[in-house]
Amino acid sequence: MQRKPFILQNPSTLIVLAGLAVFTVAVTALSQAYGTGALPTSMVKVLGKTLCLALAAVAMDLVWGYLGILSLGQMAFFALGGYMIGQWLMYARTEAIVAASMANNAIPPTPLELQEGVANQIFGVVGSADLPLVWSFAHSLPLQMLLVLAVPGLLALVFGWLAFRSRVNGVYLSILTQAMTLALALWLFQNDSGFRGNNGLSGLQNIPGLDTVSQARLSVWFLWASAVALGLGYLLAAWVVSGKFGSVIRAIRDDETRVRFLGYPVEGFKLVVFTLAAMITAIAGALYYPQAGIINPAELAPIASIYLAVWVAIGGRGRLYGAVIGAVVVSLLSSWFTGGRAPDLSLPFYTIKWVDWWLVALGLSFVLVTLFAPRGIAGLFDWLGRAVSPRRQGRDLGPDHGALQEQEAKA
Amino acid sequence: MTHAARPLIVLLLTVLTLLSALPAAANPALRAVIADNLDQIERPSRTTVGPLIDQIAATGPEGTALLAAWADRSLGLTDDRRLLIVDGDVMTDAATGAPVSGADPDMLRPNSGVRGLIESALVASQISDPDAAMRAQALDSIARAGTADHLKALRNAPPDPDPALQARRDRLQTLLTIQHDPDPASRIAAIQALSGDVGLDFRAALNPLLVTRRIAATDQPGDANIARELTPGGDLLSRDAAYDLLKAQDLAQPRLTPAAQRDSLAAHIADGKVGGVPVATLGDPAARDRAYDALEAAGTVTPAATESEAQAAIDAHRYFEVYAEPDSDVTDAARAAQRNAQLRLSAMKGIDLGLDALSLASIYFLAAIGLAITFGVMRVINMAHGEFIMMGAYTGYVTQTLIADRTLSLIVALPLAFAVTFAAGVVLYRLVIRHLAHRPLETLLATFGVSIALQQIAKNVFGTQARPLTSPAWLEGAITVNDVISISTIRVAIFVLALLFLGLFLFIMKRTRLGLEVRAVTQNPGMAASMGINPDRIAMMTFGLGSGIAGIAGVAIGLFAKVTSELGQDYIVQSFMTVVVGGVGNIWGTLAGAGLIGVLSKVIESFNPSNTLAAQTFMILFIVIFIQFRPRGIIPQRGRAAEA
Amino acid sequence: MSSLLEVDGVSVSFDGFRAINNLSFNIGDAELRAVIGPNGAGKTTFMDIVTGKTRPDEGRVLWGEPPRSLLKMNEAQIARAGIGRKFQRPTVFEDQSVADNLTMALKNNRSPFAVLGWRPSSSSDERVQELAAEVGLADQTGRKAGELSHGQKQWLEIGMLLAQEPRLLLVDEPAAGMTLAEREQTTTLLRRLAETRAVVVVEHDMDFVRRLDCKVTVLHQGSVLAEGSLDHVTRNPDVIEVYLGR
Repeated sequence: MQRKPFILQNPSTLIVLAGLAVFTVAVTALSQAYGTGALPTSMVKVLGKTLCLALAAVAMDLVWGYLGILSLGQMAFFALGGYMIGQWLMYARTEAIVAASMANNAIPPTPLELQEGVANQIFGVVGSADLPLVWSFAHSLPLQMLLVLAVPGLLALVFGWLAFRSRVNGVYLSILTQAMTLALALWLFQNDSGFRGNNGLSGLQNIPGLDTVSQARLSVWFLWASAVALGLGYLLAAWVVSGKFGSVIRAIRDDETRVRFLGYPVEGFKLVVFTLAAMITAIAGALYYPQAGIINPAELAPIASIYLAVWVAIGGRGRLYGAVIGAVVVSLLSSWFTGGRAPDLSLPFYTIKWVDWWLVALGLSFVLVTLFAPRGIAGLFDWLGRAVSPRRQGRDLGPDHGALQEQEAKA
Repeated sequence: MTHAARPLIVLLLTVLTLLSALPAAANPALRAVIADNLDQIERPSRTTVGPLIDQIAATGPEGTALLAAWADRSLGLTDDRRLLIVDGDVMTDAATGAPVSGADPDMLRPNSGVRGLIESALVASQISDPDAAMRAQALDSIARAGTADHLKALRNAPPDPDPALQARRDRLQTLLTIQHDPDPASRIAAIQALSGDVGLDFRAALNPLLVTRRIAATDQPGDANIARELTPGGDLLSRDAAYDLLKAQDLAQPRLTPAAQRDSLAAHIADGKVGGVPVATLGDPAARDRAYDALEAAGTVTPAATESEAQAAIDAHRYFEVYAEPDSDVTDAARAAQRNAQLRLSAMKGIDLGLDALSLASIYFLAAIGLAITFGVMRVINMAHGEFIMMGAYTGYVTQTLIADRTLSLIVALPLAFAVTFAAGVVLYRLVIRHLAHRPLETLLATFGVSIALQQIAKNVFGTQARPLTSPAWLEGAITVNDVISISTIRVAIFVLALLFLGLFLFIMKRTRLGLEVRAVTQNPGMAASMGINPDRIAMMTFGLGSGIAGIAGVAIGLFAKVTSELGQDYIVQSFMTVVVGGVGNIWGTLAGAGLIGVLSKVIESFNPSNTLAAQTFMILFIVIFIQFRPRGIIPQRGRAAEA
Repeated sequence: MSSLLEVDGVSVSFDGFRAINNLSFNIGDAELRAVIGPNGAGKTTFMDIVTGKTRPDEGRVLWGEPPRSLLKMNEAQIARAGIGRKFQRPTVFEDQSVADNLTMALKNNRSPFAVLGWRPSSSSDERVQELAAEVGLADQTGRKAGELSHGQKQWLEIGMLLAQEPRLLLVDEPAAGMTLAEREQTTTLLRRLAETRAVVVVEHDMDFVRRLDCKVTVLHQGSVLAEGSLDHVTRNPDVIEVYLGR
């Protein structure tokens, strides 16, 4: 057996990276800040956000498509990443504003006065004037960046350890991840949890220290950052799922018990992938929310995580490029239809307003994809690439449908 | 006019109307009293009016009527010095009882002190009224706002012939003794007589005795009734609060707050310097202190307590909580009685909490039972289950718009909701779930797609605002046991409904052919099929059954919650939790799960009633932990089949 | 005889039904043993207990030199300690190639990070080829396991067991669903394997057991009914009564 370099073994990775590069260059060339201006800044932001969602979808595919855990809690990690970076953005910006206004005072402010002023500004809306303990590091960008990884990672680690240790899996585990997200959302909704309750964190699109840079430029910079993050995240994910590690996690997906009898610590593998995916998702969130400008606990609604699953399913799970395609296609379509730009569909007896009916269409198309095209859009590529293998006597073996289950299905 | 006095006046007006129905009869005694004291009636003085009131009261019903009108400010004096009782448009002469017309009296406005005296006198005379209803009303008004005068009146009144009224009067007398008796011994006896009682009136009577205030002193005050000594910096008294206390008693100077310091510094800037310290460096607290010290030394600012002085002052004093009531024996007895009452109160609150939990558990049970059936039989999680609940609720709403009679519409809505959601469940099964057999996660996602679509359709059809689903009158109100324990009728009805469904479910599973076949398919579908059972049909029927029950749960939930397109979402996670915690495939498991979650939710909520969000957070955390110890739920499926 | 695995006084019950009842069992290094018994005799449960899938209610299971209790270990730890198990149904990872299946089973550090850093080397490739050849799949390494025939899957699974290099092999009804020729091959293989390690074969098929030509343990109602050569146990009246007589 002769071995080829990693990239050549995975030509799809090369194609995706090349596509991403072309996309980034094209958007830059069409942007208002650096190009012809054909793309309005708001559109550049939408595209940048879409890249972040694609990164989150790649992480979801790792967990679901490769490891077989339908995690309905990914958005918890996504939002936590956003909250962690949002803390610094909001604190640093408010600090600048408060410092500027206090500079007019006769007496220069003490650090304590400055901090009190910031706290008052940020938490006045929830009727508090003290800086909560969870904001202890908010003044420092490096520390908050560390927390972007550490907090979701730790949550995933603890939750995963508890759940996997007790061998909860299948739909039970999905429901449990959903419950975790709900618990986190409810906690964040409280005013006294220290994250401004349902107001969330806002004004995140203004980057402290970059006041002079226009949003047009910032949006392109964030698009670049998102593209780099997606590229690196994709490479990391592709590397993880290639080789023996990928082999083992796909084996866990198909038949966990058998892998245990091979001597692999299944829980350890699950924990590594789950935590890694949580961290990747958190990075995606940390890049997404500065582009969105606002984050609040509604972002953690269980439905958001399920959308992520929907994108991956429509794109084609178990294939990283499927996740990217699904996230990009469905989220762009969603914003097109719900943005009111899609023309109404006039039927003889009823006019379909897409703003109202898009969700219905999405829900139903999702059912159709699950029923008729379980491989999603990526299945189309397989078919085009004549890579339809293996023949399984006409029986599809998805992640939930491993070797053992086929036997039992026959029994 | 105080709030408490208003009902009294309503009562007096009633008395008035009763009296005006009597034939007008002259009352010479009254007329004489009026004639002698007209000036004092016109301008009464609180200190001297007492005997006059007693005199008027003694003249009989007409006198009482006059007093009532007087206290109610509906007594008028005409130019020719006649007293008229004015009731709306009707005027009667107070002395003769004769109707008067065309007069324009000046209304008398006695002050509140006088009115209080009049009312006491009235009540005293009513306690001994021959009419039992009148006596009961008198007791009511004393209970609302009793005074020392009332106590005296109660003690002097002849025994009440009605034992129930006498018992009420005794209790009232005891309560008034606690509040108003000058003799400590009889107050203590009264407190001890009622010790352990949980009535609101008793607790209200105790509270004023136990009111405390905080004082700071250099030494223990000898004469005060001290509740306890407080340590500054402890849980009950922070050091800042202690200092505030000192300031309030002028035992210490105001402390120099950073803001005050900053302001006085800003007021003394000269040549870019304050007290010789450059302004630019004043961002440093130490520099500010230096500058302030310099100003203080120069005498330009008033000295203020520095931090160390403040701390020394705090430590130099002792802090006490002192009862307003001077007699320590009384406060001791009151405290003991209060502790006793609180003990019994918490026991009763526990019972009330249990009732609440029971009703919550029945809601969860109703919401989860359909889910448990489908999950138990087919290993399929139906994410659209919440939307079936919503469909049931909307069915109830639509039925109500068509049938005006609430009871009838409810009776129609229940089976109709079952039919609608049963049909929806069967359709969902035929079109989607059947094709996803043995792919549980994909079923979960596909049914989620259905859930999104159904929710949005409901939004498009019914709009986003909440639709009311009104319960019939006989379901409104509450069953009240005492001041603490009460439960709303609708929740009792839901509890009964849940019991009904438990019974129905057990009947179907254990006694019918369908139940037998369902159990067979659950245990071994292959074997069941070879016995001539069509597993597909059974699965469809169970799915329909589960969905139908969701519809009925929807009607029940709609009766006390707002019907919106998101109604199902609010219950779906709790339903899942119920199934997961209870264990699948067993109705008793679902029951146990619902019970556990209901009780826990309420218990957690009772710790911090204002924060239901936190309660839900802790609930979910508890469930995650619970799964650690019982991964298969409270009542797990057993045997080798469960191991696979 | 020093024993590799010692099962002593083990009992387990499901829902009041005693699947294993005070069972004791010993096997030494490099021994071939057949376990027979009627349905419900507790053969599979016995294997479940040894491999950690089921925890016994009482008794002890000791393993290796010096003896360690297996009861405190989970399935993966037991597998790493050197006990390999072949399931009745062929369980291979159908979505992956034969080579991947074998590579996964190779005896290496099993911890997640070690696996993440593991890259194939020429020696590992050689070992995979060698194993594939041993089980007759040398020219099939690139194919997906799902495409193999039933017998080939059985062989692949045996190959994966060999890759694990276990000291004790538990084999559950290896002959089920095999052609006569494949059975022949399997017998030879099992006997060869038993030269270097302990092998326990659970089997229904008397012909197959006879061909293995080894010591036989007869299970009945969760405990050992008889033990010895096949001829010896077939003459045992109890065995005839409960098993062979019907």
